[in-house]
Amino acid sequence: MFDWIEFVGDVTLFGFRVIVDCFRPPFEGGQLLRQLAEIGSKSLPLVIASGFALGTVMTLHTRSTLVTLGAAATIPTVQALAFFVELGPLVAGLLLAGRVGSGIGAVLANMRATEQIDGIESLSIDAFKFLVVPRVVACVLVLPLLTIFMDFSGLLGGYLSEWAASRMSFVLYITRAFANLEWSNFIAPTLKTAVFGFIIGTISSYLGYTTNEGAQGVGRAATRSVVLSSLLIILADVILVKIIFFAFPENAL
Amino acid sequence: MRNANAAVIFDHVSKAFGTKKVLRDVSFEVPAGQTLCILGRSGTGKSVTLKLLMSLIKPDNGKILVDGDDITGLNEAGLSRVRRKMGFLFQDAALFDSLTLYDNLALPLRRLTQKSQDEIEAIIDRVLGQVSLSMDRMKMPSELSGGMRKRAGLARALVLEPKILLADEPSSGLDRITASEIDQLLLEQKAEHGTTILVVTHDVHGARRVGDRFAVFDKGDLIAFGTAAEVEQSEHETARRLISEE
Repeated sequence: MFDWIEFVGDVTLFGFRVIVDCFRPPFEGGQLLRQLAEIGSKSLPLVIASGFALGTVMTLHTRSTLVTLGAAATIPTVQALAFFVELGPLVAGLLLAGRVGSGIGAVLANMRATEQIDGIESLSIDAFKFLVVPRVVACVLVLPLLTIFMDFSGLLGGYLSEWAASRMSFVLYITRAFANLEWSNFIAPTLKTAVFGFIIGTISSYLGYTTNEGAQGVGRAATRSVVLSSLLIILADVILVKIIFFAFPENAL
Repeated sequence: MRNANAAVIFDHVSKAFGTKKVLRDVSFEVPAGQTLCILGRSGTGKSVTLKLLMSLIKPDNGKILVDGDDITGLNEAGLSRVRRKMGFLFQDAALFDSLTLYDNLALPLRRLTQKSQDEIEAIIDRVLGQVSLSMDRMKMPSELSGGMRKRAGLARALVLEPKILLADEPSSGLDRITASEIDQLLLEQKAEHGTTILVVTHDVHGARRVGDRFAVFDKGDLIAFGTAAEVEQSEHETARRLISEE
């Protein structure tokens, strides 16, 4: 129990240090661009493919029920609301926790085990600012963008599934999809993924950066990064949804 | 008594990890421009001594002076200033595996100096020439052999022209000829630039070749310190055996 309290305290301090160091020069622009490419563009195919498949499957599952209820016309609306409000942000967060969280944890743990972090410090370079801050910032910036790709690829997958069943036109599908969608259904849930990004970046960086278990710690840091990030994303989602409902009460109706 | 000419002073330094004491009340001085070889069995605190000197870890007690500065009380900015006087050759070179050899060397020059790109190129060319890696500048660390990695690590440690060079087992895992080449590079560095060098090593033959003084550690205690002849006369059998080439 005491270990867990200590762990939560250490991670919280680690997160605060990331926030403070974000605004303290020198700014690691080059490292940030490298991480944006590593975390963002390399995750894009996974996110698009997953969104497309999920959109297709979701329409396959919901269509028969909605047709039975005589609500076939609402299929695009249901699809859009589900993806923009919850599925897109949450699934994108969990995918990134798997792909990027494990990567960050393993890379930093390996750098610790092979003394690369000590090597950076020995060159009078702040290893925390050089290695950790760009990774966390990249996660925060990239996740909302990937969520948008996830949302629209899910919508596209849903459309193709619907077109195969009813030959619905693309214009009609899009018109119905966005008919009942408010900006608040899109903006707030998309921006909440910045918090997911912060969780992924901070947890996985903490586990990798602070490991002292040598080579054995590399695998452990990767696994724990995925498990803890995923769990915290789901828990944070509950809180963030409540906050969104508080800020935009019409979304809760 | 402190020597005004000392580049490095350990003053009653102790360090423990949990309940395990790795250094007990260690004191010694290294005059500027000399080479100290640190000998001892595995796990006796040799590498910890170098990491304490670079302030990668903090001592529990005692003072450590580098070029006159007590590093135990310095903040990050002060430490950064002192670290610029030192170069560290890590046991496994610790090159950044996501950067080419050239970028590994260019990184500290770009970050810590105001030198132009042409000047950086010239320095890297010179240092890579010193360690015979001029043709390998665009290789990734994973493409280098063990000996090449050591030499690359040495090049990175030398690129900022340090006053003090720390080398953690520079010849471990190397064949006799390659180890001898590394020793020769250390000798040249001392002769040409007056660099103070601290070497942790198990290679007694190489140590006697490059070392002016020798420190022998055993279970966290400094059991012998002095020239090779003085250590050979030590009252501790472990020290006499470690300095012996037989």
